[in-house]
Amino acid sequence: MIGLNHYLLLGTALFGIGVYGVFAKRNAIAVLMSVELMLNAVNVNFVAINRFLQPDAALGQLFAIFVIVVAAAEVSVGLALIISIYRQRQSVNLNDFNLMKW
Amino acid sequence: MKIDDLVFLIISGFTVASALGVVLSRNIVHSALALILTFIGVAMLFFGLGASFLGLVQILVYAGAVSVLTIFAIMLVMKPDPASTNPSTPSRATHILGGLLAWSVVVGLGMAIGFSRWPSLPAEPAGFDTVGVLANLLLGNYVVAFEAAAVLLLLAVVGAIILAKGAEKP
Repeated sequence: MIGLNHYLLLGTALFGIGVYGVFAKRNAIAVLMSVELMLNAVNVNFVAINRFLQPDAALGQLFAIFVIVVAAAEVSVGLALIISIYRQRQSVNLNDFNLMKW
Repeated sequence: MKIDDLVFLIISGFTVASALGVVLSRNIVHSALALILTFIGVAMLFFGLGASFLGLVQILVYAGAVSVLTIFAIMLVMKPDPASTNPSTPSRATHILGGLLAWSVVVGLGMAIGFSRWPSLPAEPAGFDTVGVLANLLLGNYVVAFEAAAVLLLLAVVGAIILAKGAEKP
């Protein structure tokens, strides 16, 4: 019988994959995509807890909607930053992003 | 094994496999396509959890808008050779650190999930109007957060346009 634990474990696995992606990738867009994976894992947890612990109140879904809003804002600003840096450096490799170091 | 359990196993395997594809692919375009598959898998999980409105929002916002935005950005900054567009970190230490951190997150949280005892789980809820409940919450108790989210989205759009357009040459 599939229960809350299975959904939480799935969310944990997705989150772990995202954490590894943030560390292991050098393309800035790939890092943003890994962050999106982590946010999706959190959403799965919110909705599963809502469904199994408080099915009458849709609070978990409400929080998931706010997470989606913030994620959309984050990805748009992040991609704009990456494009802006690409104009200066001709690269999206994170090792070349040293504009604020000296 | 009930059919619901089988469906959950198939969808979760699909989701985790495409998430691994995002992280492990050497080609950034393949990563983006695997990301779309992951979003659709998560949306199917939402449908399975009875959150049909959220599943539709997930498909619209993530699989529709965010992935198109990502692919546009990839096309704007892509190098001619697509096979090496998504390199891994060259340093082995960072790989080991990231792998260890991810593994400890998964194992630690997994053990916490395994050991926790939830309060008595209610049985199958009666089918109710999720959209109506969400609308009452969003425009009722949480209207301030709703408006703040709207302002945040507006600021993000304006900021993204200004950033991507670049500064005027003096």
